[in-house]
Amino acid sequence: MADEMMEEGGTIKKFMYLNRKAPYGTVYALESLEVVLIGAAFEQDVSLVFMDDGVYQIKKDQDTAGTEMKNFSKTYRALEMYDVEKLYVEKESMETRGLTEEDFLVDVEVLTSEQIQDLMEDQDVLLSF
Amino acid sequence: MILHTVNKSPFQNDSLAGCLRVAKEGSAILFIEDGVYAATKGTAVSASIEEALKTHKVYALTPDLETRGVQDRVIDGVELVDYAGFVNLAAEYSAVQSWL
Repeated sequence: MADEMMEEGGTIKKFMYLNRKAPYGTVYALESLEVVLIGAAFEQDVSLVFMDDGVYQIKKDQDTAGTEMKNFSKTYRALEMYDVEKLYVEKESMETRGLTEEDFLVDVEVLTSEQIQDLMEDQDVLLSF
Repeated sequence: MILHTVNKSPFQNDSLAGCLRVAKEGSAILFIEDGVYAATKGTAVSASIEEALKTHKVYALTPDLETRGVQDRVIDGVELVDYAGFVNLAAEYSAVQSWL
């Protein structure tokens, strides 16, 4: 796929989506997810970072029957089908909220803020939600 | 007495902090929407909720807890209410202060 892109004159860039909002109180989380899915069609090198209240986006056991809101949490599990497999959680944000790696509905790599700094510096494009 | 509602995450802004500073002893605090994260165990603000429970009734809205997947980690002593319970609280207390 990469070769095909190169033949067409395309280059693969590193995209980071920085998710910092809780999933239901505002529309940011859902909008981010939709942009990630659209962007996945362009076969770029995508990383998703969850920090601050964004870590709540991937909390297990979300059940929206009572509020009749759209439960988009399962969509995070579908990301790997779109080759979006680099999911990171900031350790400090997770711990501030009493969460552990086992509380998430997808496999994530937990990074310290220092490691996120390096990851961020390594990107070509930053998208913040 | 007043019913205080908090609908923002305690990590998003200072609504919870403001509420806890001025909610008089005997008044009630109800967590709704993203406010329900404040009612969960083991967070950076859990101790302040446990302290508030000594002098206030504290409630959290069950459908909002379930939507966010945190229904199983509510701090002991926080009472759960459904929408009908929310209405009853609003009727029971003399006024509602919404911390946004």
